[in-house]
Formats: sequence, structure tokens, C-alpha cells
Amino acid sequence: MRGKIMDDLLSEFLTETAESLEIVDSELVRFEREPGNRDILSRIFRLVHTIKGTCGFIGLPRLEKVAHHAETVLGKYRDGVIPVTQDGVTVILKSIDCIKGILASLAQTQTEPAGDDSALLEALDEAAKGEALVAAAPAPAPAPVEAPAAELSRPLKAGEVTLDELEAAFRSAPGPQEQKAEAAAPSHAHALAQPEAPETAKTETIAAQTLRVSVDVLEDLMNMVSELVLTRNQLMDIVRRSEDSEFKVPLQRLSSVTAELQEAVMKTRMQPIGNAWGKLPRVVRDLSTELGKKIELVMTGAETELDRQVLELIKDPLTHMVRNSADHGLERPADRRAAGKPETGTIRVSAHHEGGHIVIAIEDDGRGLDAAKIRAKIAERGLASDDELKRMSDAQIYRFIFHAGFSTAEKVTNVSGRGVGMDVVRTNIEQIGGAIELSSTQGQGTRFTIKIPLTLAILPALIVGTAGQRFALPQTAVAELVRVSAESGSKIEMIHGSPLLRLRDELLPLVMLNEVLGISGASRDLTQIFIVVVDLGSQRFGLAVDAVFDTEEIVVKPLAAMLRQLPLYSGTTILGDGSVIMILDAASIGQSAGRGETDNAAKATNDNNAASGHGEAGKESLLLVRAGDVKLMAIPLALVTRLEDVDAARIESSAGRPVVQYRGRLMPLLPIAAGQTLRTEGKQPVAVFTDGERSAGLAVDEIVDIVDERLVIEMRSGIPGIAGSAIINGVSTEIADVSHFLVQAYADWFERKAPPGAERNLLVVDDSAFFRNMIAPLLAAAGYRVTPASGPEQALRLKEQGVKFDAIISDIEMPGMDGISFAMAVRNDAQWGGTPLFALSSRNQPADVERGLMAGFNAYFAKADHRGLIACIDETLAPKGVAA
Amino acid sequence: MSAELPISSADSNAISDGAAFVTVFAGNQMFGLPIGEVRDVFKPAVITRVPQSDGVIAGVLNLRGRIVTAISMRARLLMDAAPDGSPVMAVGVEQDGELYGLLFDRIGDVLTLPAASLAPNPANLAAAWTGLSRGVFRLKEELMIVLNVPEVLRIMQGAQASTKA
Repeated sequence: MRGKIMDDLLSEFLTETAESLEIVDSELVRFEREPGNRDILSRIFRLVHTIKGTCGFIGLPRLEKVAHHAETVLGKYRDGVIPVTQDGVTVILKSIDCIKGILASLAQTQTEPAGDDSALLEALDEAAKGEALVAAAPAPAPAPVEAPAAELSRPLKAGEVTLDELEAAFRSAPGPQEQKAEAAAPSHAHALAQPEAPETAKTETIAAQTLRVSVDVLEDLMNMVSELVLTRNQLMDIVRRSEDSEFKVPLQRLSSVTAELQEAVMKTRMQPIGNAWGKLPRVVRDLSTELGKKIELVMTGAETELDRQVLELIKDPLTHMVRNSADHGLERPADRRAAGKPETGTIRVSAHHEGGHIVIAIEDDGRGLDAAKIRAKIAERGLASDDELKRMSDAQIYRFIFHAGFSTAEKVTNVSGRGVGMDVVRTNIEQIGGAIELSSTQGQGTRFTIKIPLTLAILPALIVGTAGQRFALPQTAVAELVRVSAESGSKIEMIHGSPLLRLRDELLPLVMLNEVLGISGASRDLTQIFIVVVDLGSQRFGLAVDAVFDTEEIVVKPLAAMLRQLPLYSGTTILGDGSVIMILDAASIGQSAGRGETDNAAKATNDNNAASGHGEAGKESLLLVRAGDVKLMAIPLALVTRLEDVDAARIESSAGRPVVQYRGRLMPLLPIAAGQTLRTEGKQPVAVFTDGERSAGLAVDEIVDIVDERLVIEMRSGIPGIAGSAIINGVSTEIADVSHFLVQAYADWFERKAPPGAERNLLVVDDSAFFRNMIAPLLAAAGYRVTPASGPEQALRLKEQGVKFDAIISDIEMPGMDGISFAMAVRNDAQWGGTPLFALSSRNQPADVERGLMAGFNAYFAKADHRGLIACIDETLAPKGVAA
Repeated sequence: MSAELPISSADSNAISDGAAFVTVFAGNQMFGLPIGEVRDVFKPAVITRVPQSDGVIAGVLNLRGRIVTAISMRARLLMDAAPDGSPVMAVGVEQDGELYGLLFDRIGDVLTLPAASLAPNPANLAAAWTGLSRGVFRLKEELMIVLNVPEVLRIMQGAQASTKA
């Protein structure tokens, strides 16, 4: 419908208008504060006027109408006909939003969307006349401005006019204020207010020295420079190896020119961070109205430049943080007065360069973080025990606000408090190799500091080696290099089979790079390895490597599509010697190695504690199967001994139940799902559960996969055999309640096999139903009768009822009373005091173990170590077995 | 190193009358790649292995400053791996702006064959191969399987992300 020229014109219009609107937004906020500033008003007026004029020209009636009505109000402000009011500015801002909305839709569909703006127009008209000082007749928003037959420097239809002429046409287009003021005789001669003229001239000269270049062109340039840098590096490498080369001098030149070129091209990608701040004044203004707070936003260092790619990535986190400061940080005027502070709260946003980084600070002079409230919240969420909380400093407590789902806002407001926030901010910043820190003083304010690399395209990296392969590790993640030796005071300790690095007074989890990568051949001699201390702000760990080479400026190349799903790598690069190496993603290495336990073990302050707080939060290996009517079902792999394909012809029936000869015995086969029939021919896949000489088989239709997933189970009762459902690989999957099936199978077994008197009663205390279901069948299979309790409170009720147990197994982290207090309560009890107590916890740092044993546990086991637990129970209870 | 083959600008689908194929070998089996889809033929230099990647991916390598993902065609065709130290040749193909190197045992001649003689996949062709084949040419001495390059490059995404780390 539109010609190509028109399309070009439209896209140009969209780009320009978008920029203008950004300016209008922040200018209006300034104007509201300085209603007397005619300069600002003139600028705003001109921008809106230009938008209006262009709309009429391109034929966008809806847009034009809104702009026109807004301009009417602005015109009256400019002429001092009516005073500037907050309501008036709000309505104008609303119309700017409306214009933005229409523009967004224009950009997508090329046509103006249909819609009704009459309410907005009325409000604008209201604002235009409502508080008019002079009883002026309302400007009746007549027909569009006479369409100037102008065009933007390229020919359009017949009337070819230059940009300047177009500009002139816009300027001379009658604004509504003129229609009013000079009723019948519109004079174009002094359409512009006097003070504007010189400024316009200045803007024009600046415009002439800059030109718009598409981002694609810049990206291409950057890519080519990257290639050049690589080639340069290769050449340098060759020359370095050959003595006395005649290439040396010209190569030096090439090298320095390349470096300058690289810098220059980088510069073209640089944008002032102010571009990311453009929206902030408006955001803060809206917030202050919404929240009833007086807020001043001070921005410094807006000219500090950084790569546009990085800029795009931090825009949203920054906005979010400012919103947070306004909502959570600053107090209401009354509270501020009471605290002896000025009514108006201040949010300072600043930026400056520091080495290869940009440091952004967001600071408020509000109430500061309330450590007590956060502590209470941590306790309530069960993220740390009371004891741990006592030992944590305020700074450690504060870091919990970066925790997923953590919000201390008392009520959920429109602005924040939805619990998605600071954790997302942290993740976003860490994704680009940045770090976030915070400091806070109660009553005085909070300060967030973000440190991010200037660019993501070229970065310094440490080249490390393991098992004969080299990898690049971005230097931003590297805190220090440690060589393990007696002299250096650092040593490696093994605790529960996991290696830890003792570095000065810190205990760091140690991650073996070759193990994470699954490659063999790395040095086993712990005195021969290097340890790279990786610090990502939120996680800190030692990465053990065989060799450390030099650091190199590497050009980051994106991963090939086929490799993109590998979380361990963030990119590829070519080294000076021409070889390709993979760039490691430090954050996912920490995660994949630590099963979430990558945090500083000694500080024990964040995420992992949440992960281990509930048994099911860590990663579980799950067997995914399909059977009967059920689409997908998962069985905890820890329970499965092996997978067998049983010949269907060998399935027999015994007492009406299917059985199969397995290793010289009859093994009952249980269909795992409703509506499932066993195969009558071919192979029947079976998941076999074995303990000692007993086995039971769960028949499934198909074994789909084995996955490692973090299980979040939504419990569902009522369906026998199904513990609940969880989302695995994005698909809702039912989790098999193995205990249900094993009890079915083992019921006969106990009657036939269990030696009389050997049966002992165990109490299992764990708040996680999933875990209770997992451990119960294991203990049952070992010949124990299990009574589950969902927490110490329930367990102690059993005690009061006079129930006795031969041994008690308890989790440590539980909401309400925790395992430690529970153990102490049991030990101090006359009735239960002598019962053997076993701790089974996912927190098994040495300090945790010690604390458990102090509290009265006989032994302490990791949750995965059920074999150790059972062996220990067997041993503890065996001698008594004779007496019983 | 570099391509000695005339890179035909002819459309790869132009099997209509006479079509040229680069012949390659994995084991004793001859395969043909439509010449229009072949960007390069080269002897791969050092291939960097990518731990944790799919077994079909032999690694990554540097071809004149560009990073190439090397695919072991023996693995892709579910054949046994060649003994260590056997010669390897690569055929460079491009998809979605990314370069892939298909690793074969050796490269043969370029053959121009009448399109009419392209026969559909024989019924007894291994199931794993039928998906990768566009049909076969019965040459005097042997059969040449025409590889379907996009299918060859369709390596299960996320296949190994779901197996145990």
C-alpha cells in the first residue's frame, strides 16, 4: 500500500521520534520541577510540535491528534496562559506514552493501529482549559496542520524539498496557541520564540558532524577487526620464534596500527551510559507520585561510555534497582521528617571507569536494610538455622536479598515486592561477567555497586590446561592463583570425599576441571596442581588445573549452534598460535561441579543453603519412563539397581501375580502405571530394585532417558503409586512413589523371609515428603519397619503417646524446630534419651557434622549416603537384636 | 589445504539433468556430496576436542581464521571409528552462517552424473542411513550414496545435555 520511499520515510520517522520522545520524557520531569524554565519548555514544545507535523505529513491521523492536543497544553504553559500543574504534566506524560504505544505498533505493522483516545484527549483538553488564567476559548483541535509539501532530502512524489525547507515548514506550521492568540490572522513570521533560535542553530551544526550508521555495519567492522587481531597475534607468534626477522619492524607497525584500529572501532560501539539512564527520571517521577514519596534523582557520570551490547544488557537491571531503591529504600516524607532527614529522599546513580571495567553505583539515603527483618525472613523461609543466623554478620545477612524469591517488602506493591527482583538482577549482571555488591547502614541508606566489563567482544583471559587440553578462563572471574604447598599455607583437605582448599582462614570448595569436563589423564598428584581461585561475587571456589599458561587478549567467538546447549562454555576463541580453544563459563562450572554447593563453605551464606534446606532441592538423577496411560514418569535412580529387558515369554504367574525368574529366584513384577499391561511377546523393560537377595521389578513400557534435575515437587495425594508431579525438561512428569510398589512386593517377603524378632522400628523425621518416600523403602528393604514423621513436632507427639523406637533418623534443616534442637530434646528425655540417633543431612561441612555430634547424634550422614546409614544402623542395632 | 575443486554456482538441488558430486569415502563406502553444497575441501589441522559434546562432534578447528565445527562422519553414520593415526580429510559445508567440516577417510573425484539415474534408497539400506541419504547412484563398480547435508547436520540438540554429566 505504501511505496518504498514512504516506508523509508516511516522508518526514519520512527527512529527520530523514538529519540525525541526519550528526551521529552526526561525534560518534562525536569520541567515539572522548574516550571519557570522556558528553555526546557521550548525544547519540549518543539519536539512535540515536530512529531505532530511529521504525523500529519505522513498521514497518521491518530498520532497527530494526540500530539496536537498535548501541544495545545504545552503551548499554553509556554505562553504562561495557565500555570504548570503536576496533573497537567501527568496527562502530557500519559499522552507521550500513548504516542509511544502507537509508534511501537507502527514499527511492527507499518500501519497506525485502531484505537480510541477520546478519554485522553478530553483529559488534555481539560488540562488546557481547566485552570486557565485567561478565559480563553478552548482550542478546538481542528483539521490537521496544513500538510507541508516537503520531504526529507530525497525525492517524494512531485514536490521535492530539502530537509531544511521541511524544517522551516514545520516551524512555520501554525501551532494552536497561535490560532488562539492571533485568532484570524496567523502570522508565520515569529512562529518561533526568540530564545530558541540560536540553540536550534547549534543543534544543527552538531547534527551535521554526526551520521547514523546501522548497528550491523558496526558489528561487521568489529568482526573484521577481530580477525585482524587474530592474524596479528599469529604473525607475532611466528616472528617471536624466528630470530632476527626482517619482518620485525613492519610487524611492530602493523601491531600498533591494529591496536589503534581496534580501539577506534570499539569506540564506535561505545555509548554513554546515560543512554541507559534516559528513562530513569520518568520512572522515578511516576514512582514518587504512585508511592507518595518525594524523590530526587541525581545522576553523575552519564557520559561514561561502554559497549552498546553491555549497555543493552544492564538497562533493565538498572531500572529495576532504581525502582527498588524508591520503593524499599526511601521512606515516606513523614517518616523521614521523624528521623530528622529532609523530606525529599535522594537516589544517586553514578558511573565511572576503573581499569577495564565500569563501576555503577546506585545509592539512596533511605532507611537502609533492616537486618533484623531479613534475619526473620531467613528463619521463616528456613534458609539458615538460628544458630547460623547468630553467627552471620549483617553484611552476610544482606546478601540474602540476592536470593531467588526473597523480598522483604511487607506488602506486594505495584512496584516491587513480588520476590522476583534482586536475584534476577544478580543473575543478569553475572551473566555478563560482572559482580554486584551492597553495603547498607541502617537509617542512613543503601549502596549497590555494580562492576561490569566495558565490552564482551575482546577480553583478557587466563589460559589453563588440564589433561593436555587448554581452555580460556575470563580474567574477570579469576581472583588469584594458588600453588598448593606446605610453605604457602594452603592445603587440600578431604571431607566426606569432597576436596576443600584451605586458603589462609578460608575454606573453599575445590572443583577439578578435568572431572567437570569428564576428561581423564589429569594430574592426580595434588602437590602438582594449580588452583585458580574463582570469585564471581555470589560464588567462590577453587578450580584445580594441571597447568597455567599466560594471559591473552582473546576475541570471543560465539559457540556453534551444535555446541550452544553445553553450559560449560561461553564461547570459542583462536589463540595466537592459531589453535582453537573453548572459553569456560566459570559460573556453570561452579554449579555443575558443586551440585549447588559452590559457595564459600566457610561463609555459608547463600544459595546452597537454600538448596540444601530441603532434601529435594539438590539435583537428583531420575530415570524417565513411559507406561500405560501416563505420559512420563520419573523414578529416583538412586533406588534402581539395574535395568533389564525381560523376555516376555518368561513371565509367569504366581498366586495371580506376574513373576519372573531372576538370578535363581522369583522376582515379582509390578506394573508401574494404571492401565498398563505387561508385554506378551518380545522384551519387557523392567527397573529392578534389589537389596540383599530380594528383588522386585517395576515393569514399564519404555525407558526414555536418564536426567539430572533439580526436583521441585508439587505433592499430590490420592493416587497410589504417584508421589507427585514435577517439571522435568519443561514437561510435567509424574514422580513414582517407589515405596508404594515396594511395599506391595515386600509385603509377602516380610511374611516369608524376615527372621522373627529381627524387625525393628525406626522413626524417620524429615520435612520433605519426597525424601521420606525415598528413604523409607530402602530401610524397609533392609528389614526395618519405618514410621515417618514430617517434623520434630510430630515426632515428639509420638513420644508423648508413649511410642518407642529402636533408632531415630532425622534431617537437620527443617522449618520450625530443626534437627539439632530435636536431638537435644531427645537426649534430655527420660523415655527416648537412650535411643540411637542418626543425622541425615545434605549439609555436611565439618562444622555441621561437629555440631550434629555435639547435639547428641550418634552418627552423621550425607543424604546420598544411605548405604552408610543402613550399615551403621545394622551395626548399632545388631547386638541388641540378640537380646530382643 | 585449499579447495582445488571448481566451486559450482549451480543450485544444489539442480540434480535435474547432469549434476556434479564430490565423492568421499568413509570405510569402503562411497558417498557423494552435491558440489553446490561443498564450500571447501581441506586437510584438517589440529582439531580441538570439546569435552561433554555429542560424540558425533569431533571438535573445533581453525580454518583461515574461522572456527569450524568438525563432525566425525564415521560416528554420524554409526560406523566404527577409524584406527588412530588414519588419514582424515574434511569437506567444508556452511549452514546458517556457520562452518562445518565433515570428516571422511578420503576424498575421491568429482563425478558428473545424469540425474535420471539417481535411484531411491534401496529397501535394505540401514535405517540409520536412509534419513541421511537422498538416493543412490549405481556406478559401474559400486554404489554412491548421495548425502543429505542438512540432515547430516541435524544432530540432536540437547541430546547430551540430558545424559548424566
